[in-house]
Amino acid sequence: MTRLLTMDAPDERNRLDAMAQGVIGKPLDRPDGPAKTTGTAKYAAEYNIPGCVEGVLVTAAISKGRVASIDDSSVMSMPGVIAVIADERMTARSAQGGAGKSPVRQIDRVEYWGQPVALVVAESFEQARDAAKHLRIEYQADEDAIVDQHDADAPVEPYGDPVVQGDLGHVMKQAAFAVDVTYTTECHNSAPMEPHASIAEWDGDKLTVHTSLQMIKYNVKEMADALGLSTEKVRLLSPYVGGGFGSKLGVSVEGAAAAVAAIKLKRPVRVVLLRQQVFQCVMRRSETTQRLRLAADKDGRLIGFGHEAKVSNLPDEDFAEPVTQASEFLYPGKNRTLRVDLARIHLVTAGSVRAPGEAVGMQCLESAMDELANQIGIDPVELRLRNIPERHPSKDIPYSSRKLAECLRDGAKRFGWSADRKPAQLRDGEWWIGTGMATACRVHNLNEAQARVTLRADGTAEVASDMTDIGTGTYAVLSQIAGEMLGLDIKDVSVKLGDSNFPPGAGSGGSWGAPSTGSAVFVACEAIRAELAKRLGCTETELTLRDGFATAGNRRVALTDVLSGDHFEEVGHFKAGKITDAFSAAMYGAFFAEVGVNAYTGEVRVRRFQGTFGFGRPLNAKTATSQCMGGMVWGIGSALTEDLVFDKRNGHIVNPDLAEYHLPVNLDVPKLDVVLLDERDPAASPLQAKGVGELGICGAAGAICNAIYHASGVRVRSYPITPDKVLAELPEP
Amino acid sequence: MRPFLYSRADGLDHAVQLAREGARPIAGGTNLLDLMKLQIEAPERLVDINRLPLGGIEPDGEGVRIGALVSNSACAADERIRRDYPVLSRAILAGATFQLRNKATTAGNLCQRTRCYYFYNIDTPCNKRRPGSGCSAIGGFNRIHAILGTSDACIATYPGDMAVALAALNAQVEITTAQGRKRHVPVRGFHRLPGDTPEKDNVLEPGDMITAVALPPPAGGRQIYRKVRERSSYAFALVSIAAVVRMEGGKIAAASLAFGGLAHKPWHDPRIDELLAGAMPSDALADKAADLLLEGAQGYGDNDFKIPLARRALKAVLREATGDAA
Repeated sequence: MTRLLTMDAPDERNRLDAMAQGVIGKPLDRPDGPAKTTGTAKYAAEYNIPGCVEGVLVTAAISKGRVASIDDSSVMSMPGVIAVIADERMTARSAQGGAGKSPVRQIDRVEYWGQPVALVVAESFEQARDAAKHLRIEYQADEDAIVDQHDADAPVEPYGDPVVQGDLGHVMKQAAFAVDVTYTTECHNSAPMEPHASIAEWDGDKLTVHTSLQMIKYNVKEMADALGLSTEKVRLLSPYVGGGFGSKLGVSVEGAAAAVAAIKLKRPVRVVLLRQQVFQCVMRRSETTQRLRLAADKDGRLIGFGHEAKVSNLPDEDFAEPVTQASEFLYPGKNRTLRVDLARIHLVTAGSVRAPGEAVGMQCLESAMDELANQIGIDPVELRLRNIPERHPSKDIPYSSRKLAECLRDGAKRFGWSADRKPAQLRDGEWWIGTGMATACRVHNLNEAQARVTLRADGTAEVASDMTDIGTGTYAVLSQIAGEMLGLDIKDVSVKLGDSNFPPGAGSGGSWGAPSTGSAVFVACEAIRAELAKRLGCTETELTLRDGFATAGNRRVALTDVLSGDHFEEVGHFKAGKITDAFSAAMYGAFFAEVGVNAYTGEVRVRRFQGTFGFGRPLNAKTATSQCMGGMVWGIGSALTEDLVFDKRNGHIVNPDLAEYHLPVNLDVPKLDVVLLDERDPAASPLQAKGVGELGICGAAGAICNAIYHASGVRVRSYPITPDKVLAELPEP
Repeated sequence: MRPFLYSRADGLDHAVQLAREGARPIAGGTNLLDLMKLQIEAPERLVDINRLPLGGIEPDGEGVRIGALVSNSACAADERIRRDYPVLSRAILAGATFQLRNKATTAGNLCQRTRCYYFYNIDTPCNKRRPGSGCSAIGGFNRIHAILGTSDACIATYPGDMAVALAALNAQVEITTAQGRKRHVPVRGFHRLPGDTPEKDNVLEPGDMITAVALPPPAGGRQIYRKVRERSSYAFALVSIAAVVRMEGGKIAAASLAFGGLAHKPWHDPRIDELLAGAMPSDALADKAADLLLEGAQGYGDNDFKIPLARRALKAVLREATGDAA
């Protein structure tokens, strides 16, 4: 049976805390950990399928124009080459998250450098790659390709509905304190460790694809639409995903190519993106230009708030980096202007990269807040505390549980924060030392989700959903929710994920995976509990389940006896209803960082980094902590090193590999001190949980930027803050 | 990767013979395999020299002879290298990662090719990769590129660290020629400036094999390897300085400085060493040294910052080397 829960009001029952098993929230190891560390967890490209041949995508070496001709004969006589495929069903771009329909196909019309234009298939990978590099292609290049959002000729359109309240321009002139600054961030790439990969098999009627994607229920539709098949004819399998970070929300370019080749050749075909292709033809985070205007009264209370951003994307893409997402509700200010402008340029698709919006919006906002605090001459922690609005400043709705003030206070205390903010005061040898802080904030999202829970006659349970685990801990948290609700040790709960034959979960994206799919599991378990209660002659709330035993009143019975050979199967179906518009729900936190700035070279090293977070109920303290740490490492990268560089002459990526696209390395990351506050948010989900996958990055880089200023007196408003930018403002050593 | 022949040399003569016939020697392969996968290089034949007796770090008169196949890890960890040539150990440890240093060899590291972005992208022109096709870095993105000794044909840098220290130490490269003769080339003259033949990184002739690197007697003094980069590890130098400075009675008795990240070769300017020798250390002296270093420096836009950065890094190194650490 399917049980539907539509959440229209806060769930104050807090059922999980009434349970007895005691596994929810515990820092348990992932059940999938041993398989992953021993290499027995199979990732998309790792299936050995008899007769499988290898495809390598050929990508465009122009940024705009048409493919005039492809000379198959240039490679068909090469050893092992089977086919050159350029088919109208192949996709030229990744699908955006949740698209549910094919991304742009038209591979013969080039819209960005690196766009796939053909697939070469050969018996071995090396043969295919060699042939792909030799394939002769004639292009008709357009001369008018614009590849820079700052190009005066780039078409710019407003994106979404701007927020305009009161008269920001006026209060900026009248306010006791005002900051009007422009920050920039560069393009980022998520480059997950597992590259995008698919093995397609076609049995003459149905397509099966081993692939690496985040949101299977949409991906099935995208793949089917691209290929002109019905969704019943497409099965996708992604039980393990080696990182996604948004780049696998939608089908990427290798999937349809592998499928078309498998259909044409009647053989299984594997296509794995080369690392350079992961950079060049999947997805980037847009570069941003952000103007922040903050007007405060004499007490440091915001009376005006402006956040205006310009981002970019390809023509025909309906995604724009939602830079101002948290700015809508985080801080007050009756006079408000928020807007995002979208420049249409010919660079690889801009899409979701971990925490779209807040990842880059918060770090600039929080740097501007630091500038305001310095101008006023108050502690930046105090400035934040004075500016926690009572109601959503535009929608006039209440906030759900919000631990921002606690995070700020607890974090400051734990870090040993000093309110003395005079810059360039402390030296350790060659290094200027300073501290900085920032607020963390990320909107809470929910997505419709289903999950099937089966309580078997032997007293063990199975959870099944097409939900994915992209390294986040889905296997762990879903087993904990089911274990808690059904009174089972988590080793007696098996979780099966990433198969489109299973009920459609929420997918992994926007930090909604755990609260949404977890709620579906919760709903199914509640239904099973009700069935068990019926057998025991009690109500569901009178039933205690623990360690495989059911207790009702003064009776304690083994679950297997209650089941007596039967099993219960329930599909939980969760939908966010009116709750979404009734509250402003978000995750919050505070970052505190200490950095060293080299007085000679402008090099910056993070010496301490602390984060305190409140995101409702932590479902697994260990995986949640890991998520926060991962986010903070991304924050270090965003602050100091990450810069996906496009050649301004033709839009090709200059640094499409992990040698020259600089992520932080171990030495760049100090011990990360992560604190999770215990919180319940009844308006967030029936689990009282929100998402945590993205929170750790949202604002993190701002704390580092602010610490650099405090250390050295240099305010860099252009991320990443590389030595050259710091150096330009440093005094003679 | 294109098909290629692979053979294992069973002796130095065999290796030299195969090399003379056009085979590329391969040892650790940490650079060559990448280049082959990306088809930046497509040798038709490889000769594996890993089993040749070219390992070992041995006394060589008052100096030390480092075999061509000594791994970077082994060299950096060697007790005598750490004691008598610490700048070499430090430079090696400043480069790459543990895994790469375990595989990379002394000779291979000397032959490491540039990390110019355009050299690595076969869809763009590059005179070093395809002579005569043009230089994409000039007018392109050139943050990591050279400011000294550049030409209109190429502004790439030599990316390594070890060779910068070897240049400061004035080591010699021992080469066995295609004819089986031995010759010695100072490290300072091993790499070349691009001129109008940037496809040639160094003075090796076809068939030449590096068999060892010879270090002169220990120079003593304070030895520093300073590498400036935006992340702490696994990044090539924006600017690096190897310094061997010996003080006597408050004065610089002898100094030898070499610079990385600035040119197509480890940069050594004898005028700087001469300026410093016998001088009292001071910031003014550091500035004079920087004036000499940067006399012909030319920025190409994104790498303009290397000019002030090199000056400041040099000041830091001289303060540290001459006793005033901050």
